Amino acid sequence: MTAATIGRPGFAFQAIAIATLAALFVGSLFVGVTNLSIRSLVSDPEALRLVMVSRLPRTLAALLAGSALAIAGLVMQTLARNRFVEPATAGTAQSAALGILVVTLVWPNAALGWKAAGAAATALAGTSLFLMLAHRLPPTQPFLVALFGLVYGGVIGAVATFLAWRLDLLQYVEVWMTGEFSGILRGRYELLWVAGALVALALWTADRLTILSMGRDASIGLGLNYAGVLRFGLVIVSAVTALIVVVVGTIPFVGLVVPNIVSRFAGENLRHTLPWVAGGGAALVLACDMIGRLIRFPYEVPVGTVLGVVGAVLFLILLLGRNRND
Amino acid sequence: MIEISGVSLTLGGSGILNDVNLTVPKGGVTALVGPNGAGKSSLLSLIARLQPLQSGRITVDGLAVDTTPSRELAKVMAILRQDPGVASRLRVAELVGFGRFPHHRGRLTAQDREIVAASLEQFDLGDLSLRFIDTLSGGQRQRALVAMTFCQGTDYILLDEPLNNLDMFHARNLMRTLRRIGDEHGKTVLIVLHDINHAAAHADRIVAMKDGAVVASGDTEAIIRPDVLESIFGFPMLVERVAGRLAVLHHT
Ligand SMILES: Nc1ncnc2c1ncn2[C@@H]1O[C@H](COP(=O)(O)OP(=O)(O)O)[C@@H](O)[C@H]1O
Ligand SMILES: [Mg+2]
Repeated sequence: MTAATIGRPGFAFQAIAIATLAALFVGSLFVGVTNLSIRSLVSDPEALRLVMVSRLPRTLAALLAGSALAIAGLVMQTLARNRFVEPATAGTAQSAALGILVVTLVWPNAALGWKAAGAAATALAGTSLFLMLAHRLPPTQPFLVALFGLVYGGVIGAVATFLAWRLDLLQYVEVWMTGEFSGILRGRYELLWVAGALVALALWTADRLTILSMGRDASIGLGLNYAGVLRFGLVIVSAVTALIVVVVGTIPFVGLVVPNIVSRFAGENLRHTLPWVAGGGAALVLACDMIGRLIRFPYEVPVGTVLGVVGAVLFLILLLGRNRND
Repeated sequence: MIEISGVSLTLGGSGILNDVNLTVPKGGVTALVGPNGAGKSSLLSLIARLQPLQSGRITVDGLAVDTTPSRELAKVMAILRQDPGVASRLRVAELVGFGRFPHHRGRLTAQDREIVAASLEQFDLGDLSLRFIDTLSGGQRQRALVAMTFCQGTDYILLDEPLNNLDMFHARNLMRTLRRIGDEHGKTVLIVLHDINHAAAHADRIVAMKDGAVVASGDTEAIIRPDVLESIFGFPMLVERVAGRLAVLHHT
């Protein structure tokens, strides 16, 4: 049957998308305070070292974080059955920050991995509570759930900030709340590969997540272990968000904007759309990180700040153009 | 065979079902009728294990619905709820294809694809197969959901007011399709209907519910009678034979 293949992005479109991502990847290696050229890479060992120690890790971090953020957003939207929530604003990232704060308090010299584990645990608790409450809101009013998410995330964020202020740890919290790649070096980003692995796991369970998005009754009717897949999704969202908050900090809008754009054009059969969401997230974060490096050259604007602006504009365009395509 | 014995249900302190006992024999079309709030949807969701059984016992084809693994039941029985509220942005062909999930639990096989194509054809969805379901009319979406339920290919099919939103052409088409699969393939269809005339024309048996209990059940001819209908619905109506078929005049 051809119905399964028509209406999906064609080969040319896929080629353009991959070329764009590749161009961003290469571009990101060459953008920065120290001027690099391809020739210097061959002739100058210092230049090569700069790439291997700083530029390449930074670029890989942006790719991994971007795709993982977008996928986490999509999975969270599937769990909440609401297109307007994302981990960065609906309490997951804030709960993660709270978790790192607690770990830092009781064990100041904890390794990054332990901080990530603590953050994942609190993120799981915070996100579970959010979903429990969100499922009680009327599904006929999607913006109510989104609004509730903002308030919920805001409250948890405020608790974390207040605690940090009392404990004189405010500068740490600011680091976790604003995503930034400038501190990324070899040896400082590798935890993000775990987030990448979780994205692969999500790809593998795409059909089950799609069925989950049809709702509880449809899921049970098709013999899906509804509660099990729900828990699996929660773990993905929480772990991915915690890892990103620990390594680079909170990056807003990626998890919101990218899945919404992809859904507009390609729908929500996750088996087909997850690769586009992952690639779109990677491209968006990479592009915004490069903008952050260039816009006040030679100073850097954090990627979280750039995305605060770019993401908000994209989101507004999405909202205002909502009914035209439908 | 669907066997229901001693099933009661209480939700939020009020009794919804009160000691329901019912046997739906294997094969053919059984219509479930009754006024709003009679408990039809509640009974269907208990049979389809969408709600936990509080008391009593329900078996479908000998399988107890509360202890048989859900994935096994999904190959035996399919349900379409009254308000499924499927909001995902899926294409019609994709949605219908998910009906095959209980069988492959992974990728659609060539045989699955054939069944999907036949289902799309059956419910007149060929032209709509690439449309996103959130761009369809209520009736078109209802047809897509019915097609998905059929695609599941189960011996037992439970449908809760599937004629909602359907125009006369597609309502008739659906009822005739149900009739046919009941006859040709020996499948068991349990369908909640509001239009008593559809039940009169297409069902082998009718089960009537009222206030959380089964008040009448039997062959169609035995239920479509003025006195029985009045006792169920609470107002008198005429039953006539037109061209050899039963017709209920309930709207005059
Ligand atoms: N979740 C619930 N909590 C409390 N009462 C409910 C719930 N669901 C249904 N009811 C009540 O149960 C009764 C039967 O409902 P239902 O099975 O939907 O009837 P029908 O499908 O025959 O119209 C109604 O009075 C309804 O108000
Ligand atoms: Mg009902």
